[in-house]
Amino acid sequence: MSTATQAESQTDASRAVPELIRVEDVHKYYELGETRVHALRGVSVAISRGEFVAIMGASGSGKSTFMNLLGCLDRPSSGRYLLEGTDVSQLDKKALAAIRNRQLGFVFQGFNLLSRTTALENVELPTLYAQLNKEERLQRAREALRTVGLEDRMDHFPSQLSGGQQQRVAIARALVNRPSILLADEPTGNLDSRTSVEIMDVFQELNDHGLTIVLVTHEPDISRFAKRTLLFRDGKIRRDEGVAERPRAAEVLKAMPKVED
Amino acid sequence: MDLLSILRIAWRALARNKLRSGLTMLGVIIGVGAVIAMVGVGQGASQAVQEQIAAMGSNVVFVASGTVNRGGLRLGWGQTKSLLYDDMRAIVRECPAVRSAAPGAMTTAQIVFGNDNWFTNVQGTEPQYFEIRDWTFAEGAPFTQVDVDAAANLAIIGNTVRQNLFGATEPVGQVIRIKDLPFRVVGVLNAKGESAHMGQDQDDVIFVPITTLQKKLTGDTWLRFIVVSAVSRQASYVAQQEITALLRDRHRIRPGQDDDFMVRNLADIAQLADQSSRVMTLLLASIASVSLIVGGIGIMNIMLVSVTERTREIGIRMAVGATEEDVQRQFLIEAVVLSLMGGAAGILFGVGASLLITRLLGWAVLISPMAIAVAALFSAAVGIFFGFYPARKAARLDPIEALRFE
Repeated sequence: MSTATQAESQTDASRAVPELIRVEDVHKYYELGETRVHALRGVSVAISRGEFVAIMGASGSGKSTFMNLLGCLDRPSSGRYLLEGTDVSQLDKKALAAIRNRQLGFVFQGFNLLSRTTALENVELPTLYAQLNKEERLQRAREALRTVGLEDRMDHFPSQLSGGQQQRVAIARALVNRPSILLADEPTGNLDSRTSVEIMDVFQELNDHGLTIVLVTHEPDISRFAKRTLLFRDGKIRRDEGVAERPRAAEVLKAMPKVED
Repeated sequence: MDLLSILRIAWRALARNKLRSGLTMLGVIIGVGAVIAMVGVGQGASQAVQEQIAAMGSNVVFVASGTVNRGGLRLGWGQTKSLLYDDMRAIVRECPAVRSAAPGAMTTAQIVFGNDNWFTNVQGTEPQYFEIRDWTFAEGAPFTQVDVDAAANLAIIGNTVRQNLFGATEPVGQVIRIKDLPFRVVGVLNAKGESAHMGQDQDDVIFVPITTLQKKLTGDTWLRFIVVSAVSRQASYVAQQEITALLRDRHRIRPGQDDDFMVRNLADIAQLADQSSRVMTLLLASIASVSLIVGGIGIMNIMLVSVTERTREIGIRMAVGATEEDVQRQFLIEAVVLSLMGGAAGILFGVGASLLITRLLGWAVLISPMAIAVAALFSAAVGIFFGFYPARKAARLDPIEALRFE
């Protein structure tokens, strides 16, 4: 594709379907007493619909801070963040909460499920803040659980589920309000290697169906399953490249030995 | 988020720590219960006083003979022999605000009827006494002025005397003996109950004509008291002044000297009693309110603990789209549910306590719907007031920090 046609198609696309995420020269610093800690030092990146991006980097590289900004849990100190064409970098807390509710889905390292609340109710949680009626809420929650293959575990409590199953519940929760982007912060950090690949299989499936996924990980084995990797170091993106020879998690699973308990 | 979901979440959170929620509620239960029971006691007392005062007759002015000062030893009202029958006649004749008056003199005696006997007060008076005191007859009728003039041996008995002497026997027409003299019973009075200011049994009495008492039973000529009826309720104050002036003049008391009699206006007594019971109600209610406030502080304390314990939950809720208002509302409603449940249980407790007080102590306790409504509102207000700070604290949490909280 020539540069001219690319530019042209992009303008067309930005009118019809704008880039999902556009981050322009974003800085983030924290005031810690006298000293100013610079977590992000000018990050610019664009992510389109349907991408599967893995963010890599050592701890302290700024990847978590970046993830919090993408997730609208925090606001940049300077720079712009456009989400689906709207500048969200200076919105108030209430508007950010609405964006987290409708446009974003979160998956955490520690699952962050509410204990003593069933899988179904955990998945239902984001719909409670979305002005949906009871029937629609339950229907969506069941549907989301079905998507992650846990329709037979709806009434189980987190303590009755394995780590992998808990993370699937968390993924279902992230999907329930039909977000544009799924943000996953070290989703396999607490899981053994086979379960990790199982989770990546879920992610690949979802991505195949058009869901945009941004994933933070420090494990190169996990980042291989994404389509694109961003490497953070010292608050900047040092490398941005596509993944060559991307394996299918489903294939990898077949080759892996089953761990017997 | 709809109210039903919030209520369900609140209920779950409270049910998760049943003992803790229960103990926290206990503060409100005791507070609300105490307010209801105490206001009930106060209002019951107030109503009882009102009823008793109404039972005394409304326009009544009470004149008693004075106190004696014997070398510094003062003996209380009703001791001097200064009040005479002629004083009463003068009061009726010369005070325009006075409609009628009846004399009163007393003695005590052992009354005998058949094999039964009973020690009681014997009071001498005239027939208009019953009109002035608004005292009705259960049976028979009062003796007449003719009977008084003739010093007839006739008796009117109070309800207590009837019960103790006659039992099932029909008293009217029977002959009783007072100090060995025979008296024919002509009337039985309706029960009047305890008197408002002294708590004595007003029905434990026998009335005879004043002349009969003075000539045949005591040999005295002086009166213990005079009961006066003013022409109207307002006039009772005027009557009080007129009587005081008249008696000072008749008894030749120089200006600056103490009265040798006492004039009391029942409207005054009524007002005083009413005021004191109102003050008592207010005092009881405010003491009880203190425990309600203590209960509220308990709620605040436990909500603060709850917010800290559930920091992570708050973080999760915020991450999936809960706004500050959502979180604040959730914790506020939790506090209100806690205090309202306490309030409801407290109302039951208060009503129960009131009934128990009525049964055990025999006090009239008035459970007013007003007190219950106020208690319910107040407990909700306690929940909102003391729940606000913890809820605000929860809402102000930073989601990133909250999610990291272990």
